[in-house]
Amino acid sequence: MSEPRQWRHKDLLDVSQLDRDDVAHIFEAAAYFQEINSRPVKKVPTLRGRSVVLFFAEPSTRTKTSFDVAGKRLSADTFSLAKSSSSLRKGESLKDTALTLQAMNPDAIVIRHESSGAAQFLAERLECSVINAGDGWHAHPTQSLLDAFSLHQQWGAMDFSGKTVLILGDIAHSRVARSNVRLLTMLGAKVRLCGPRTLMPATLKGWPVEVCPRLDEAVRGVHAVMCLRLQLERQQDGLLPDLREYAVRYGLGLRHLKAAAEDAVVLHPGPMNRGVEINDDLADTDQCLVLDQVANGVATRMALLFLYLTRKSPVSGYATD
Amino acid sequence: MSLIDLVVQSAQWKGEAVDVFISGGRIKELAPAGREPVSESVQAVDAKGLVLLPSLTDVHTHLREPGFEYKEDIASGLAAAAQGGFGQVMAMANTNPVNDTASVTEHMLRQAQAVHPDGPRLYPIGALTRGLQGKELAPLAELAESGCQAFSNDGLPVLDTELFRRAVEYASDLGRIVIDHCEDPFMKPAAGINEGVVSSELGLAGQPDAGEAIQAARDILLAEYLDLPLHLAHISSAKSVELIAGAKRRGIKVTAETCPHYLVFTEEEVRGYNTAAKVNPPLRTQQDVLAVRQALREGVIDILATDHAPHARHEKEVEFDQAPCGVSGLDTALSVTWALVKEGELSLDDFLRAWSSGPCKIFGLDCNGFAPGDPADFLLFDPEAEWEVTPGAMLSKGKNTPLLGRVLTGRVRSHFLLGRNIVPSR
Repeated sequence: MSEPRQWRHKDLLDVSQLDRDDVAHIFEAAAYFQEINSRPVKKVPTLRGRSVVLFFAEPSTRTKTSFDVAGKRLSADTFSLAKSSSSLRKGESLKDTALTLQAMNPDAIVIRHESSGAAQFLAERLECSVINAGDGWHAHPTQSLLDAFSLHQQWGAMDFSGKTVLILGDIAHSRVARSNVRLLTMLGAKVRLCGPRTLMPATLKGWPVEVCPRLDEAVRGVHAVMCLRLQLERQQDGLLPDLREYAVRYGLGLRHLKAAAEDAVVLHPGPMNRGVEINDDLADTDQCLVLDQVANGVATRMALLFLYLTRKSPVSGYATD
Repeated sequence: MSLIDLVVQSAQWKGEAVDVFISGGRIKELAPAGREPVSESVQAVDAKGLVLLPSLTDVHTHLREPGFEYKEDIASGLAAAAQGGFGQVMAMANTNPVNDTASVTEHMLRQAQAVHPDGPRLYPIGALTRGLQGKELAPLAELAESGCQAFSNDGLPVLDTELFRRAVEYASDLGRIVIDHCEDPFMKPAAGINEGVVSSELGLAGQPDAGEAIQAARDILLAEYLDLPLHLAHISSAKSVELIAGAKRRGIKVTAETCPHYLVFTEEEVRGYNTAAKVNPPLRTQQDVLAVRQALREGVIDILATDHAPHARHEKEVEFDQAPCGVSGLDTALSVTWALVKEGELSLDDFLRAWSSGPCKIFGLDCNGFAPGDPADFLLFDPEAEWEVTPGAMLSKGKNTPLLGRVLTGRVRSHFLLGRNIVPSR
């Protein structure tokens, strides 16, 4: 394993900031931390004394816990600021919240926010690293990195050429889809989108994707299916008649995978709506990588915290003092 | 012959050097430079190197007073207008309280008179419906009598077509025009970004151009049915332009305006979640920019207006979806559109129609065409002067413009209204 190199990015707003070498670097570090996570003592002192603010302005349990665990396993101090308890509730602007956080001098802020662009807004105003843990419909780079890392380990290759990945569901409102389209195509995969027209972006001009509105056809020959969570409010927004009809037309089941490539895998960012976008018969099989994704999420986020927090003062190894 | 009070010497007017003789606040004569003798006792202004333009008229501004003085007030708004070349300014009714009663209109007029007694002249626009709620007619006659020059529900288009129809009819009795803000209220209103390539990429809900065009189509059909005039505000899209062109071919009495930002900016300006470029209707595509420019040249779009919409810095320095829509325009509109004349995109005649004769004709305001007896409302404009758009250079309280930090060419040196210079410091 090679020594960590100095990381050149201050912030992680989306994967479009990264190149293939950066991604390879992240995967290498993630693989290292994956090994640490399998030890009886899952903690290294690498980031001792560094602090990370987890600023979650939108409810999130999984991503926040994942970052929290990642930080703690690297011995960083993590502090949470949730919207319910934060001054945002009291009408404080994002700018003032940002400046207040800055004044506490953290090494990084992990932000989850319902407004697209919120992570960039913070990054433009803060000296510390800003890591986007999901902004509106725009981007979710850490999710797409853990997804790609899972596929990378599944396929044993850094180059995804020759692979086709189907992203299924509510593309329009999905930051996961946007980041994954960018990252998967960067790594060489072909990306296909499937979902009802009402849940597709207004235009796909400039997106390096193919669109296949029928699920039966869309799954043909694909090497992975990325199932997106259907937000139940889409029905209230008038974008769907009801969940039953969605489940019938776009719910992914074991039978669909028969048309897919051999050894095709299924990913889901969680939490799953069983019986809506994914059927039970599929969710509990080995083809469904959802639990690997959770484990890989911790490893990937450890890699990211490591790289961003040591960018100004490189350390000699992933698990050193 | 009445006495000459003022003579402007050697100004450029349509490519010729001219002298302008002013008497009693009116144009006496426009003569080739040096032809008429000038008595030494007459006040003379040397305008060599300066372009003579009529003082401009802006039929669409938001001056925010009463109610939102932290964004703008009548004093600062009119100061920006004076420096920006606008001698007549119409102001929309979305104040607080809404301008739907005589007392609000009278307050605005009194305030303008107190802070800018020599102008720019303020012409309030009355609310079309009470409280801009779109439920019942505002007292239009009372508003007209107290000084409202037109009526509009700007920003909150009237969804109820029957009510809108009655409003247009009622206003016509009063000799007033209705200005409609064309936007389907169900299709992502006030999104502030076009639905298209950029919105899809940035993950923002966009307003489709069809949302504007659908409402424009309704208005056109209504104007045709009623055979009454109707003015369409801030047209931004090729689709709406096509509808208006068709309406004009059929002789329907619709008129339309567009704004400087729709002539020079596209949706690309929003990238980086730039709230300064968040405006309603939104900046659209290059194809729309070209269509709107062409429409302005051909007279399909009759006039220009700024839709001057000042906001405080703290309101715009927020998440994109939380920011209010609007661009501050009075300080920069003349320079931005003069650049199009320089580039040959607009002729000088188009420019003069768009900013002066056109709006005056549609809304029944006085206009300086430099004919004897016309009001001596004019600008001496330095077409070469470069200036950087900085918060300090702008007189509007609203510094919210995508132009901030850019260098523009062309600056008003003097602004005369009825023969009196209202920006004497320049």
